[in-house]
This record gives sequence, structure tokens and C-alpha cells, in this order.
Amino acid sequence: MRESAPLLVVEDLKTHFFTRRGVTKAVDGVSFTLHAGETLALVGESGSGKSVTCLSLVRLVPEPAGRIVGGRVLLEGEDLLQKSSAEMRRVRGKKIAMVLQDPLTSLNPALTIGTQVSEVVRLHQGLRGTPLRERVLEALRRLRIPAADTRLRNYSHQFSGGMRQRVSSAIALSCAPRLLIADEPTTALDVTIQAQYLELLKEVQASAGVAVILVTHDFGIVAAIADRVAVMYAGRIVEMGSTLQVFDNPSHPYTRALLRCLPDVGLKREQLVEIGGQPPDLARLPQGCPFAPRCPERQPICDETYPPTVPVASGHVASCWAVPGAKARA
Amino acid sequence: MRARRREIPWFPGVVLATLVFTAVFAAYLAPHSPTEGDITQKLIPPIWMEQGDSDHPLGTDRFGRDVLSRIIYGSRISLIVSLIAIGVAGTVGTLLGLIAGYRGGVTDAVLMRLTDVGLSLPTILIAVVLVAVSEPSFRNVILVIALLLWPRFARQVRGETLAIKEQDFVALAVVAGRSSAWIISRHIFPNVVPTLLVISTLQVGYVILLEGTLSFLGVGVPPPSPAWGLMIADGRGFLATAWWISFLPGLAMVLTVLAVNLMGDWLRDHLDPKLRQLGRAAVLEAPAAASVGPTVDEAPVRGAPAGGGGG
Repeated sequence: MRESAPLLVVEDLKTHFFTRRGVTKAVDGVSFTLHAGETLALVGESGSGKSVTCLSLVRLVPEPAGRIVGGRVLLEGEDLLQKSSAEMRRVRGKKIAMVLQDPLTSLNPALTIGTQVSEVVRLHQGLRGTPLRERVLEALRRLRIPAADTRLRNYSHQFSGGMRQRVSSAIALSCAPRLLIADEPTTALDVTIQAQYLELLKEVQASAGVAVILVTHDFGIVAAIADRVAVMYAGRIVEMGSTLQVFDNPSHPYTRALLRCLPDVGLKREQLVEIGGQPPDLARLPQGCPFAPRCPERQPICDETYPPTVPVASGHVASCWAVPGAKARA
Repeated sequence: MRARRREIPWFPGVVLATLVFTAVFAAYLAPHSPTEGDITQKLIPPIWMEQGDSDHPLGTDRFGRDVLSRIIYGSRISLIVSLIAIGVAGTVGTLLGLIAGYRGGVTDAVLMRLTDVGLSLPTILIAVVLVAVSEPSFRNVILVIALLLWPRFARQVRGETLAIKEQDFVALAVVAGRSSAWIISRHIFPNVVPTLLVISTLQVGYVILLEGTLSFLGVGVPPPSPAWGLMIADGRGFLATAWWISFLPGLAMVLTVLAVNLMGDWLRDHLDPKLRQLGRAAVLEAPAAASVGPTVDEAPVRGAPAGGGGG
């Protein structure tokens, strides 16, 4: 692996929701590391805990129902979960930024784009007047927003979806964060705009050295921009490795199933593949592997004990009893 | 198409423009003093009736005061009372509504119960008690009205805030390290403004009626101020013989309230459609709030047409 210290270390993160029906373990022991400039994709079905993982990193889990009940989140060596809310506020603004799914509600409809971008720049760089304006224009131009200087006075509803997403990304990146959390940033965009946007994101990321956590359920996007992939199921990471490793040698049956679900244009009129069964009820997780009821490679032990995380290759791990060596480790 | 529809409707436009104009230039427009009358000139009927006097186009009351001048100065009272009362109530209500909606939890519960209490106060009774305890004065009328009005703002604004704070831009502002005060003032408040405009306008009619009611009951603006409600009360004993003393200020009040409510409706329909999406809740609830006014406080209005029948 790399020599430099990782930017972000997440250890055994647990975020639970306490509802009348019981405790929903939305995130149940997630661990990963992320280096500067790296892109990690979190993939999985709806409700697998991807978004809650992200919200936990910035401590924005909806309270009072949701609570981070355990684990550590180390950003540049500092544990974010131990910080007071005032300290956390400084970290959020300076080091972490977010881009969300819906670019329409990501922008305030009552303020001009210029106001919204300059507020962030002013807060973080203390600029005023002409230098401020220059920085704002630079931030917008970096994301290739045409005629940036005239568009400063426009409101968000005067922009197209793709442009809006660029503006929100410009806002997110304008404070030069170390970590960008992008929660399905392209879901609301046209396919053509998606590619364009991702290309742009990749470019800006490379030039600024930002680490990105990308939440998606689109493997096409993963293949296009992620360095590493973490596949989540029922609040845990079931497989993690470099994008190549995971695509070439998917080791968890769930990953294989997900990859099979991708429609293949090459094959003629093939039926769409689905994963049988339902995602598990997070409030009533089975004792063993939560994927076992849907798993084609189910073994007796799967129903009894959660599988250990075993290395498949260097930097590639999976949590499944079917992976060679799993039983030896148990 | 849209441009034409955006024009201000003529009736409320004309009435309100006249109202503001007379209120501002009352001193130049009124032919006589509103408070001092010539007792020898008392109970002169309006100009179009027999014994009408061109010196007093709308007649005089029992003290010989010129009704037209009093109505003109009365518009000033109605306007000032409603502007200040709504300003005070709107500020307090909006602030509390924003805080309750944004903070949620215990803060919200406490503030909203307080609002519920405020909304369940018997309007007239409280006003009478409060003013009876203190002296009837211009300031007290405004305070009483503001006290009765703020919960309407608080409740509406809280509802709006609840909807707006779920929007992503608020979450992103939190991620950007903004304080709650900043988010409330920069991100939530601007989105509440359209709603605020609509409720404020719709409350103007209510306040004018309430002020009229209080003055009519003798707990409002103290005499000899030319408040419309006072004038209606003044002429109560003369409905059969000198109906104009009550009827004309009553008419002024009806026209004003009608115009203000029409204007409020129009404003509600014609605010920026982008902003209106967020204001949808207000659109649905505001007319209900406005209709409370006329039903509760119809005493002086009812007095006026009755006076007309008497003449």
C-alpha cells in the first residue's frame, strides 16, 4: 500500500436508529481508509447504509432517532466523533464538503448563485471586493460554467440540472476541502451530462488532490472514476478492493449478483437479471450472514455466524464463508 | 399573458392608493379640523341631502365636527395602527416561528404550545381586559393587537421552516460549517418572505376591523381621535336621524378591508411561482386565517349598513 498516512480512517463505525420497532442497524461496523486524491465508491442497494455512512462522517445523522453508537472516524489523525459541535463545525467547513443527489434543492432558491458561492469563499478565505469576485469566478470557471460573470446574478431555477450540479460542486470545492463526499451526484442528471460531469469532477479532483467518497449504485460510474470500491450490504462492507480487482474477481456472491444485474448490450435480448428476495429488515438481522437467505452459495455455517473478513488479494478483502481461507480464520 | 395578469387589479389598487394618499396628506386634504367642531354646525346632513352644506360635504356629527375630515384623518389611524401592529407581531412571530421550526424538539413544543394559547385567547375579551387594566391609548391598542396577532405569524412561519429546513441546501450549509443563526437568517428567512408578505397583507384587514371593534367598544384609540370605530360608536344614538355619522366611516372601513383582502389574494396568486412552491402551505391556510377577522369582529361593520337602512 502507500507510504503516506491515510487522510481518512474509519474504524468499526456503527450508526443505529432507535425506533419503536426496535434498533435499526443502518451502519454496523464499517471500516475503510482513504488516501488523499483517492476515490472510493460505496455501492449497494437502497438501504444498505451508504448514505448513512456518509452522514455519519460529518455527524449529520438525523437525530434524535439516529445515533452513532461506536467506532472512530479519523480525519488527518483527529477523531471527528470526539469533537465538540463547535470544533466539528470548523472541520466540516474547512476539510469536508458534500455534493448531494438533487441539484435543485442543493441550492437556495431565494439567493443568487453569486451570493451563494461568495458566501462560502468569504467564510473560508476572508476575501472581500474584487479579489472575492475573482475567486468566485475562478471557482465557477473551474467547473466550466459558461459566461460565469453574467450568471452570477442568476437564481438556481434559471440553470439546467447539469449546470446546477456544477454550481453546487463549485460551492463544495471552492473552500478547498480535503474530502469530498458525493452522494449520488449524477442520479438526477441526463446520461450525457453524467459523463461530462464525472469527467469534470475527476479533473478537478486530480488537480486539487481531494479525496472523494462516491456513493452510487451505478457500476458504470464506478468503473469510470473510482480507484477503489466498497460494496455494502445491510450496513456492512462485504467486499472492498481496487476497482479492477472487484470487477475482475468479484469474491462475494452479492458483488457477483450485482455485477450480473448490469444489462449487457452485447448479448441479444437477454432477460434482465435480478437478485431474488428482499434486502433484509435492518431491525431484525439474522444471526449469521444477512445475505444468506438470497445467496446462491449458501452453506449451513452462513446461518450461524457472520463471516470473517478475509483477504482475497493484496488490498482486496471480502466477508464470505465461500472465500477460501474464511473457515481457517474463523 | 403573464405580464398582463401581473398588473395590480384596479379596485383594490385604487382604494388602497387613495387610502395611503389621504393618510399621508390628511393635513392638506381635510377641509376642517378632525377634532374640533362648531357646535352651532352640528348634525348637518351630507351635501346631496336637503339642508346639506357645501362646507361639510359629508355632513357633521353631534359636536359639529366635519365627517369628511374625520374620515380622512381616520385613515391615518387605521393605517398606522395596522402597520405598526403587524410590524411588531410579524417580527416577534417570525422570529419565534423560525426558531421553533429550526430547533425542533423541546423548544418547538414550548413555543408552539405558547402559540396555541395565544390563538385560543378570546380576542375581544382579552383586548377589553388589557385596555381596561391600563389606560386606553394609541400605544396600548397597538400592543394589544400585536399580542393577539403574533401567534398567526409564528405558526405559519414555523410550518414553512419545517419544510425548508429539509431541503438539501440547508444540510449543505451545515456541512459548510455554518452556525444555526446564519442558516436561519440567510437560508431560511429569505424563503419565508413571500409567505410573510401574504400573511401580513391578509392581516391588515383583520387589524383594521379589530382596531375598529376596540374603538367602537371604547377600549381602543381614545376620543376625540377620529378613529373609524369611534365614529361609528359616536353615531350609534343617531342612526334614525343622522345615519351618516356611523354609515360613512363604516363604509370606508368596509371598502378598505375588502380592498386589502382582495390585494392579499392577488399577491398570494402572483408571487414568483418559484417561491410559491415553497409557500404552498401558506396559500392553503391563509384565507382561513383571514376569514376569522370578519366573522369575529363584524360588530362595527354591521352597525354601518344598519345605519344606512335607518336613513
